[in-house]
This record gives sequence, structure tokens and C-alpha cells, in this order.
Amino acid sequence: MKTQYKLAALASVVLLVAFGVLYSGKSVNASPSGQITGTVKLDGQAPKQKVIDMSKEPSCAQIHAGSPVTTEAVIAGANGGLKNVVVYISEGLSPADAAQVPAQSNQINQKGCQYLPHVVAVDTNQKVEVVNSDSTSHNIHPMPKPGGPNHEWNKSQPPGAPPFQEAFGTEEVAIPVKCNVHPWMRGYIAVVKGPYGVSDGDGNFTISNVSPGNYTLTAWQETYGTQTQKVTVAAGKPTAVNFVFKAK
Amino acid sequence: MPEASAHAAQHHAPPQSFLRKHIFSVDHKVIGKQYYGLALVAVFTGMVLSWLMRVHLVWPNSPIPGLHWLSKVGAPGNVMTPEYYLSLMTMHGTLMVFFVLTNAPFAAFGNYFLPIQIGAEDMAFPRFNMMSFWVTFIAFCVLFSAFFVPGGPPISGWTAYAPLSAVGPDAGPGQGLGQTLWGVSIFLFCIASLLGALNFIATTLDLRAKGMTLMRMPLCTWAWFITACIALLAFAVLMPACLLLILDRIAGTSFFIPSNLVVGDKLQPHSGGSPLLWQHLFWFFGHPEVYIAILPAMGIVSHILINSMRKPLLSFKVVIYCMMAIGFLSYMVWGHHMFVSGMNPFSSLMFSFPTLMITIPATILTLIWLGSLYGSKLRLTAASLFALGFISMFVSGGVSGFFLAQPSIDIYLHATYFVVGHFHMVMGVAALFGVFAGTYFWFPKMSGRMMNEGLGKLHFLLTFVGTYCIFMPFHYLGMAGNVRRYAAFTDDFLVPLVPVHKFITIAALVTGAAQLIFFYNLIYSRFRGKPAPANPWQATSLEWSVPSPPPWDNFGGKHPVVYHDPYQYGVKSSTGDYLMQDSPETAAGD
Amino acid sequence: MGKMFSIVVVLIALLSAVPILRHTWTPPVDISTHGHAIDEQMSETMAEAGLSFLAAQIILALFVWKFSGRREDEKVSHFPGGAKVMVIAAVLLVGSEVLALGIVGQRAWASVYFTPPAPNALQIQTQAGQFAFYFRYPGPDGKFGPLHPDKIDEGMQNFFGLDPDSDPDSKDDIVTAELAIPVNREVHLLMHAKDLGHSFYVRELRIQQDFVPGLDLSVHFTATQTGRFEIVCTQLCGLGHYNMRAFLSVLSQDDFDKWLKQKASEQ
Repeated sequence: MKTQYKLAALASVVLLVAFGVLYSGKSVNASPSGQITGTVKLDGQAPKQKVIDMSKEPSCAQIHAGSPVTTEAVIAGANGGLKNVVVYISEGLSPADAAQVPAQSNQINQKGCQYLPHVVAVDTNQKVEVVNSDSTSHNIHPMPKPGGPNHEWNKSQPPGAPPFQEAFGTEEVAIPVKCNVHPWMRGYIAVVKGPYGVSDGDGNFTISNVSPGNYTLTAWQETYGTQTQKVTVAAGKPTAVNFVFKAK
Repeated sequence: MPEASAHAAQHHAPPQSFLRKHIFSVDHKVIGKQYYGLALVAVFTGMVLSWLMRVHLVWPNSPIPGLHWLSKVGAPGNVMTPEYYLSLMTMHGTLMVFFVLTNAPFAAFGNYFLPIQIGAEDMAFPRFNMMSFWVTFIAFCVLFSAFFVPGGPPISGWTAYAPLSAVGPDAGPGQGLGQTLWGVSIFLFCIASLLGALNFIATTLDLRAKGMTLMRMPLCTWAWFITACIALLAFAVLMPACLLLILDRIAGTSFFIPSNLVVGDKLQPHSGGSPLLWQHLFWFFGHPEVYIAILPAMGIVSHILINSMRKPLLSFKVVIYCMMAIGFLSYMVWGHHMFVSGMNPFSSLMFSFPTLMITIPATILTLIWLGSLYGSKLRLTAASLFALGFISMFVSGGVSGFFLAQPSIDIYLHATYFVVGHFHMVMGVAALFGVFAGTYFWFPKMSGRMMNEGLGKLHFLLTFVGTYCIFMPFHYLGMAGNVRRYAAFTDDFLVPLVPVHKFITIAALVTGAAQLIFFYNLIYSRFRGKPAPANPWQATSLEWSVPSPPPWDNFGGKHPVVYHDPYQYGVKSSTGDYLMQDSPETAAGD
Repeated sequence: MGKMFSIVVVLIALLSAVPILRHTWTPPVDISTHGHAIDEQMSETMAEAGLSFLAAQIILALFVWKFSGRREDEKVSHFPGGAKVMVIAAVLLVGSEVLALGIVGQRAWASVYFTPPAPNALQIQTQAGQFAFYFRYPGPDGKFGPLHPDKIDEGMQNFFGLDPDSDPDSKDDIVTAELAIPVNREVHLLMHAKDLGHSFYVRELRIQQDFVPGLDLSVHFTATQTGRFEIVCTQLCGLGHYNMRAFLSVLSQDDFDKWLKQKASEQ
């Protein structure tokens, strides 16, 4: 081969490797990711949840006529699985991973005069989409720490108004959400950095897209507070972590 | 009478520059027109707001095209939020009560015509007068700016009850900067009104021409004078009340806020205040305020009717005494807005009796108007039609007062559409009819051109029928228990009443459209109306003795002398069946 | 023009009277012991107001019809008696009428406000706060535990800010979202405002009373019919004012006892 072509080929390879090295750290997609799965359980008897009387809003009361609604401060399944626990990485995230903001929004749906889901987790600056599925007007009011960096707002949504999106700029676990019109409505928005998961009715959670590494994992439940565990994540096989909250 | 010195103090050289002639003018006539113009802008805005409100009430979840340009937050996707409805309602009430009903019948026409009618060159304090208008204008701008601040206009109604209005943004959207702007605006408005009232009183007492005794002043002058006396005391109470409200909001005081309030999940850092204190202060102003709105209209209507009937009213003096009695009694009744407020129920009874007693002078006036029609030679013009319409409306609005004056009935009717129907009929219609009548009557004098009579009569007919269609059903809704200030009617009890609301909304939109005839007539006539003679209505009072429009000093340097009472009609004279006040001629016969 | 005006006025007056005469829109059935006095007062006032209204409008129409469009050379004349007749008519007719209304009406008012509640009236507390009413029954001890505004936690249904752990009187308090009362039993409703001004209005009970923050107000009444009735807020209290309501259930004594037991079990 002519010398110029050899030189060109060598330069291209060098450049390719250089770019690969430079950009490999920036893209999570490029590198292999791990997963954390597990179960959150309640040790003990869940406190009795109170019945919610929605009679002031007949259109919502009707929806729940057959199955009364209760407060959702502690929802424990048949096997003690705790619902609505936010599990997230509180320490050990690389700056790149911490700065990741998923493009998709997570939805809070005002339905039957409840917030569905009761607990929503988002990253800082990730959009929360608020939807009103009821035939009554709602006024969603997240209440971040007073004096804190997250901005308190409320927004009315008459039935027929389009969904809207909002985001929070600073981590806060978790921001209580109330409805200014319907005092019994309560939800939470947990604003975290990096990947997260929320436990389902059986207490099971999955956190995907976790870069391999050593982390501190935090589980937050609205009544019982937080618990932490150290965890190591490798690519390929999911890491199993379980949490147990003790009933008071 | 310190006439000479007052006149000397008043003499000023005619204005030369455009700015001095038309903008910063000390001429009471220019100021009167400026007030009228401001009232026109306010009434148009207030009317549009009422259309938005009415449309939202019957189609609450439907988008109103273009609304989100006015407020993205208040109307997401063009659908009005409940708080935005309340914001529009608050601005509607505030604009209408203050910037229309206090400005137009009192400040606008009073400023223009009181000095001329008493034979003076200008008001006693022309510079105060100019300041009074411009402070009103600033107050208007401050209020209007509430539309454009974060949070939008306040949602507490024109009555701004505490603690809702006093605790700040925790209480809801609009209760931040918007409510403070409201307080500042009304505070400024009070200052302007006090200056105006002072001017009216000093002018009436000190600047009357030779021969113009108090008992020879036209009835509208009397009405403006009595109104000014009421206004002096009323606005003097509202002004500090607004100041206290602003202090509660920004300086941490607690005039109106007691302790232990949890608003918007936050324990409020206030204690020791009384919400009822705000209500007392506000209504001590608020009740006389509604008489400030109606008394000038009564005077204007009397003045016009006499001219149209070609005979004086059954008794000049009784009319004046009735207006005085109404003015006096207006200060004893404020608690009738507070029957179920939690104040001592014995006080409620004490307020109820003078409230019922006001019926007497009001009835005497109505009977005198009606009785004077008997045997008259009634000329029907746009002006006199509105004056007659006033009587009809005043009766309709007044009789619903019978109900509300009784605390036991008020238990049921308080805060229902019955109250809204009552005050709209007396203020929103009757007082406004007085303004319309005054406009059609005095437009030739003010502009030197005649308005189109045909259009005026059409405007009357449509407005008369239209406003009855709008506001009479309010009373039925109230009797059925329809609560007021609701942004939507969502509960089972109210849903059957929505068809009545639909009827009202359509009537409101049609009647609103009919007002375009009036606006068109005003503007067209201003530029292309037939030139007006000095006395197109063959009237007797001094404003008709000067050219249309009058020269800058009203009487062209002359000092008019008055020989008669203002209503020499139905007499035989060289001019016909009337004798002007400044005519030395004596009438032959009655 | 004058004829048209007169016809329009009479038509409007008569058409306005039609819904009144036909009782198209009337207050709902009265279920209270004091309400009949109010209703009678209202009918009496309607008769007098209605007659005054019709008379005035018809006279206006008549006079405009008769005295407009007259020839220029006709002479004006005056109503016989002049202003004196009007003054006397107003003072005698209207004055006596309103005086009568006022004097008779005060009895209806007094029955609501000047009679104290019976000593064995059922005491219930109601709290109004943006944008709902909640109710509290004192429970078997007959006492209401103290309120702690800083302990209010609506998400956990602690609307009143009770602290049963520290306050023994609160332990048996029963908090509900619905006001149930036994029929034919006097109820003494204590009214507490949580945040700002509200009002308690039940049309069928003929009761309306504002909640004033900082003031201990109350109303008392007896319901005479069972049924479900709306309680609505009538004092502008913010964006949810139109949606601020609760329901009054008037039950038989047995049903009420059952209901209260059920609610106690849900605390």
C-alpha cells in the first residue's frame, strides 16, 4: 500500500480510539448497565388506614361507591410487601449518571379524587405530567420544604383543560402533594438524582440502567422514613437488595 | 358670601398649549370629560369581563377562544379556571362600582355641570380638581396592572373580606401582588374622591352667582352637593381601612387577622385582629357608596324629566329633603350587609329599622316623579326615555330591598343571586340609566353636536328590555337558593337552574351588543353630529344660557345673575313655555 | 314611542309577576321548626313588594301613555293634592307597612338568635376550611378535646388537629365529613373557622350563619323531616368556594345511633 493510505488508516484508527475513549464515559448507552431488584417488606402490623369520605364531591364518591377508599400512608400486601416505597441511589453516582435526565415524563393522574400513583419518583428537572381525569376541577399543590430551593406552586385544572408538565430543580424526598379543592387528596413526588424505582403492591421494585459500581441505596416510605444499604452493581446479573421497615 | 375674593382666586388665563388644553387641564369641563372617558373605558372593560363570566357559568369546561392570551395560567387551553373566574369577578365589581358608578354620574357630570349650573367660572380649587382626575387615572392603571402580574388579579371580590384578603398568597392565586395592587388602587381612588368632594362642597357653598340661592340650584346640583357630603365621610373611612389591609399584608400587622389560622397548610404568624372590623369599616363606606352612585342619577333624572315634562316636580323642596334624608340615613344602615356575619344579632335588628325607613324618602321620591307625570306635556327623547326607564328600574331594584332589609328573610336570601339582582338593578341599571340620560341630554352642550335620536331610542328600547331580561331572573334564582360568587354550578341542587342562567347569558350578550349602538352614536356624533344650538331642549338652567360647547371660562367673562328658581316651565313667556334662570323677565301665569 | 314604552313596561311587569304567581322558583321545602315564620314573612313581603312593583310600573305606563305626545298648546296641570299627598301616602302606607314587617319579622329573627339552645341539645362542632366542612361529635364523654392547629394533617384525616395521645377528651371524639343528626332533636352546632371566612347554609333548614375566624359562633335548630340536604358555603373563600359543600343527613334516632357507631369505628 502507498504510504499516504497507511498514514490515513493509522490516523483514522487513532482518532477512532481517541473518540471512543473520550466519549465512552459520557454515554450510558454505550457501556453495559446493571439492575437492582428487590422487595421492601413491613415487619409487623400495618397501622389501620382511615376511610376517606368523599361525599363533598359526589362525582368521585360515585366512582368509589362499591369499594371505599382509605388513606394510603402504609399499604402492605398479603405477604407484608410495602407499596409506594421509593428506592434510589443516594451516594456513589458518577457526575455523568447524576446529571442524566430522562426525556419521558412521569404522570400523576387525578382520578376518582385520588392521585394515581400515590407516589411518583422523578429525577431533578425530569418532567411530571399532571392529568385530570375527573369531571371536577382539581388544583394540584406540591408543597416542597418552605424556604427550600424547590419552588412551591399550585395549578388549577378544570375538566377539559389539557395536561401540563412541571419539573423540580433540586432533590427532595419527598414533596407532599395536596389538592387545594379536595383536602383528603394526598400524594408524593420524590425528586432524586440518577436511576430509581418505586415498589409495587407486592413490595417489589426494579431499578434499571444502573452503571456498574458501588453505591448507597436509600429506601423512603412516607410513614417510616428512610433506610440505607450499601450495594455493588455489576453488569449483566441483577443485584438483589431487600429492605425491611419495622412497624411502630 | 365671599364671592369676590373667591372669584379673584379663581381667575386664570386661558390655556394655550395642547397639553394644558386637553391633558393637564384645570378646566372643570375638560376634567369632567376626562372622567367620562375613563368611565367609558372602565365600563367597556367591566362589560367584557361580565360576558366572560356569564359564558363561563353556563359552559364551564368549554374553551373560550383567545382567553389564554389574557392569562396563560388563568385559562390553560382557553378553559377558565375557577380562580380566574373569581379574578374577573373581582375586577368587574371593582371597576364598575368605583371607576364607573362613582366616576360617571358624580365626577364626570358633576365636574362639568355643577360650576356652570351655579354660575361659576370653574371649581373652587381647579388644580386640586386636575390632581383629583389624574390620581384617579393612576388608581385605574394600578388596578388594571393586576391583570398582568404573577398570580393575576385578586379573587376576594370587590368587598375584599379579611382574612382572605389580608393573609397574602397562602389564601390562593391572586392573593399576592394582585390583592396589594387592589388595595393601593382603592387607596389612591379614595384620595382622589376626597379631593373631588372637597371641591364640590366648597364650590357649591362659595361660588354661586348673584341671585343663585341654595334653593335656586337645579336638582342635579343639589344631588351632587349632597353626594359630595356623603363621599367626604365615606371615602375618609375606606382610605385608612385600605391602608390597614395593606399593612396586614406587607408589614406583618394583624388588624384583621386573628391567631391560629392555618391557611394553605401554613400557620399564619398573626394574632389579635378582627375580620369583622374590616367588614364594619368597609360597609361603613360601602353603603353610603351605593347612594353616592344613585343620588346623582336621581338628580340628573329629575332635572331631565322636568325639562321633558315641561312642568316642575310636585315639590322642589320635598325632593331635596328626601335626598338629604337618604344621604343621612345611608350612614345608619351599613350593618344590613352583615346580618349573618356573626356580629351581635341585636345589632342586626338595630340596622334593620333604618334600612326599612329609607323606603320612605325613596317612595316619596318615586311618587313625586310619578305624580309629576300627571298632567305633563311629556316629550319623549332618548334622554327622557332613559329618565323614565330609571324610574321603572329604581322601583324594581328598590322593592327587592324590602326583602333584604329584614334580617329574618336575609337568613335565606343572603349571599344568593337575589342580592346580586337587587344591587345590579339599582346600581348596574338604574344608576347607569341616569348616566345614559345625562349623556343624551348634555352631549349637545359638551360637544356642540347633537346625538342621533333614532339610534338613542333604539339603544333605550334594547337596553331596557335587555336589562330586565338579565336581572329580573336573578331574583328568581335567589329565591330558589342559588348561591352567588360560584365559579360553576356543579351540585345537584343548582344544575336544574342552569337553563335560567343560559337565558341570562344570552340576554347579557345581546344587551351588551346593543351598547355598541351607544358607543357608535357617541363617537360618530362627536365628529359628524348636527351642530347643536345653545339650548336644544328649551331648558331653563344656566348651562343652557351659554354656547355649546361653553367657552373656557363658561360665561365669557360675564357674571350671570339669577332671577328665578331653576324650573320655570309651563309658564307663558317670550321664549315659549319656559323661562331661563338668568332671564330678568317675569312669567305671566303659573 | 310613548305607547310602545307603556306597553313594554306593562308587559315586563306582568311577565315578571308570572313566575312569582306560579311559584316556579321557590325556596325548597322547609324542614325546620323556626322556618315557617321566615316563610310567612317572605310571603307577606312578596305580596306587598309585588303590589308596589305592579302598581308603580302600571302607573308609570299609564301616565306616559296619557301624557306623552300631547299638543304644544295644551296646558300642563298638576296632580291633585300635590306633593303633600305623596308624602302622606308614603309615610302612612309604606311607613306603616315596613314598620309592620320589621316588628313582626323580628320575632322570626328572635326565634333563631335570641333563644338559647336547649340544655339537652345535641352538640356538634363543625369546622370550615378551604374547601370542605368537617364535623366532630364529642363521643360518650360529651366533651370536645382541644384543637391544635399545628397538628392538622389532612392527608391522615386529622382535620381538626386533635391529639388524642395527649388529650383524653379527644380520644372518643368522632370526626366525620357528613353531618348526620337525629330528626326532631335540637342540634347545637358550634362553628369553628380553620383559615378564613366561610358560611354555613342549609336552605331547607332556613339557616345561614358565617364562620368568623377568631369568634366562637354557633347556631341551633331542629330538623323535622328526614332526608339528605346540602350544606353549602356562601362566604367567598377562595378558588374552591363553588365546590365547598357537605351533606346533612337527617335520620331517625335509631339510624343516627347506628351511623354514629359506624363512624366511631372508623376513627
